[in-house]
Amino acid sequence: MKVVIMGCGRVGARLAGLLDSDGHSVTILDTDATSFRRLPSTFQGTALVGNGLDQEALKRAGVEEADAFVAVTQGDNRNVMAAQIAKHIFEVPKVVCRIYDPLRQELYSTLGLETLGPTTIFAQMLREKLES
Amino acid sequence: MYIVVIGGGRLGYYLAKALLDEDHEVVIVEKNADFCKIINDELGGVCIFGDGCETTTLAEIGTGRADMLIAVTGDDEDNLVACQVAKHKFSVPRTIARMRNPQNEAIFKKLGIDVTVSSTNVILEHIQQEVPTHSLTHLLTIRDRGLEIVEIKITPEAIAVGKRVRELSLPEGSRLTLVIPEKQKPRVPTSDTVLQDGDRVIAVTPPDAEEALRTALMGS
Repeated sequence: MKVVIMGCGRVGARLAGLLDSDGHSVTILDTDATSFRRLPSTFQGTALVGNGLDQEALKRAGVEEADAFVAVTQGDNRNVMAAQIAKHIFEVPKVVCRIYDPLRQELYSTLGLETLGPTTIFAQMLREKLES
Repeated sequence: MYIVVIGGGRLGYYLAKALLDEDHEVVIVEKNADFCKIINDELGGVCIFGDGCETTTLAEIGTGRADMLIAVTGDDEDNLVACQVAKHKFSVPRTIARMRNPQNEAIFKKLGIDVTVSSTNVILEHIQQEVPTHSLTHLLTIRDRGLEIVEIKITPEAIAVGKRVRELSLPEGSRLTLVIPEKQKPRVPTSDTVLQDGDRVIAVTPPDAEEALRTALMGS
């Protein structure tokens, strides 16, 4: 499948590498070109400098033909907005976004966005580790 | 009315000041503690230090009873989220967002933001009005009907000069509503009105027919 990832931080770069080695077509977007150094040297996909909130940049990244869109920048609001653009304007079939703030995550889940909350997940995992 | 303003930058500050002058109850939420202090020193304790996208902050200031929330930070994504949280968590009846990027209008509308104000567009329109070579100027958008009110300045080389309104091939849905001649009083045009060099024509048009309207009056 064709995947567009917004944000080439640790998670974005790692995910891009994993999907790429699984044989998917990956395009990763970041506003800062130096962040692409995080990509594995074997990465075959496309790395594009651009702002994922800019619809032109998203089009250049091929969001119109994408099967999936993932928003993993550092900003919750940026992720939420980009994910909603991908879902509602470009009608990407699968859209996932990261939201650190648990309350905002809960809200956007009820609004029908597929969200992942590292704060909640990680806290639960830590608790399990400590209580086991 | 109780109005919550998100963002205490220059725009938020003057907006709050104007709203306070009209005797509204106003609270500003601002992320920068220094800005908060300045606002509170100058306007009295109306500014709360916090993140206007956070449910807890909005709950603290009683957003649930707000009549309106206006998000005017410098970031479109923050304005969008503040409005969505206000709408869906606190059922605020009216949300207004400032947009930097005019392209975002479609997504803001689709996501239920009641009113969007694009500072870029507003400034562009004002500049266009002041640039004499630009023949078509946007005056007003009637959003719920999908119509625009525009002004077209008839120049000497325009094809409409000396023609009656009925001789013009105006696009479907466009209407000439007012003609302001250079030296006479404004008049409502009929199909027999003859357009002259220097006339300013006020027209109503759907946005997609705007270029055709311009061509019908000015030529291509």
